[in-house]
Amino acid sequence: MTAFLRLVRRDLLLAFRQGADAALVVVFFALAVLLFPFGVGPEPNMLARIGAGILWVMALLAALLSLERLFLADHEDGSLDLLALAPLPLELVVLAKVAAHWLTTGLPLMLTAPFLALLLGMDAAAIPALVPALLLGTPTLSLIGAIGAALTLGARRGGVLLPLLILPLYVPVLVFGVAAVDAAAAGLTPRPHLLILGGLLLGALPLAAWASAAALRQALD
Amino acid sequence: MSVFAGRDLDCVRGERPVFAGLGFALRPGEALVLVGPNGSGKSSLLRCMAGLLRPARGELSWDGVAVDEDPEAHRGRLHYVGHQDAVKAPLSVEENLHFWAGLRGAPAAGAARVDPARALAGFGIAHLARLPARLLSAGQRRRLALARLLAAPAPLWLLDEPAAALDDTALGLFEAAAAAHRAGGGAVVLSAHAGFRLPAAATLSLADFPPERPAP
Repeated sequence: MTAFLRLVRRDLLLAFRQGADAALVVVFFALAVLLFPFGVGPEPNMLARIGAGILWVMALLAALLSLERLFLADHEDGSLDLLALAPLPLELVVLAKVAAHWLTTGLPLMLTAPFLALLLGMDAAAIPALVPALLLGTPTLSLIGAIGAALTLGARRGGVLLPLLILPLYVPVLVFGVAAVDAAAAGLTPRPHLLILGGLLLGALPLAAWASAAALRQALD
Repeated sequence: MSVFAGRDLDCVRGERPVFAGLGFALRPGEALVLVGPNGSGKSSLLRCMAGLLRPARGELSWDGVAVDEDPEAHRGRLHYVGHQDAVKAPLSVEENLHFWAGLRGAPAAGAARVDPARALAGFGIAHLARLPARLLSAGQRRRLALARLLAAPAPLWLLDEPAAALDDTALGLFEAAAAAHRAGGGAVVLSAHAGFRLPAAATLSLADFPPERPAP
């Protein structure tokens, strides 16, 4: 087993043993989405029209919840020093941790979203676009979030700073994620929007690994 | 013969110079004990040696080759045990050790891989292998952190206060492990307050390398 997979496996094991984190994300997502009918009124037309936006905004807020801990736990107990000294390049350490983060937050969000979409009365035609859009979009959220988590590692109020830093960077994913779902609901092809989401993911992959690793080195120094 | 040496090392933490003009040389089988008052830079020097911290000036070399030229090779030949034990509470003792030993990948050619169970036995905690690490006492966590040294062999040990929280038995086990490591051609650098029973260890007093403080 390579060092990369070992690290992913350890993080998944930790998330699984601690349990609460992944469940918390999904429960927060579901609860927050379910608040909207109370807030904007239960008119089905209204909810169906803004449903895609609700799901995406809530999904990225839910993804934020556990981001602060991404490197913090390892930083606090000294594991990050040892990870930086491991033969694995720090860039791959970042990607391994992001992969584990996505598997414990992005993936459950993606699996919950279709049910919440039906609950909001969204067009069933939109769901085949919603799932791939989340599949391409949520890893990007984890990747961009890793940059923020690494940058705020030494900061005193990292938890407050983190959303301020990365929420603006989430805008492109939000725009094209919602556009893909809306296009499908309107009977158009979501393909161009999905391609852009894929492009964002491919761009974020090396960029986030490089930027987070640089920030982590700074934090260790 | 591999010599780990430092020359003219300056260290600055924040804006504050910690030590200046420090040099050392370490041959296989040797041990170096860093002593000095709190804040004199013992931990900073160890982190510099590990490559976690960049010295403001000066050079570290291994066999005459600057460490900066091949940081990856340097990381592969050292073990660093810091203040913190890097022990994950939800994992068992065994899982913690397996992870860190496995992360280092295949051992260097010629080096035998040590069975993690033997590494735990080397620090007297083999009977705790299946226990969740959150139940360990501070001393037992320290023993687990030190067991990493035995689970994946590396020629250079950099240990920050290894004796912290250790009882006399564990101290004896540690001294035995260090002696075996040195007999095998390994080198040890450690920081300490209390006197260690490390035979023929050189002592480096950080107080001998005070930085030139700017006039107030």
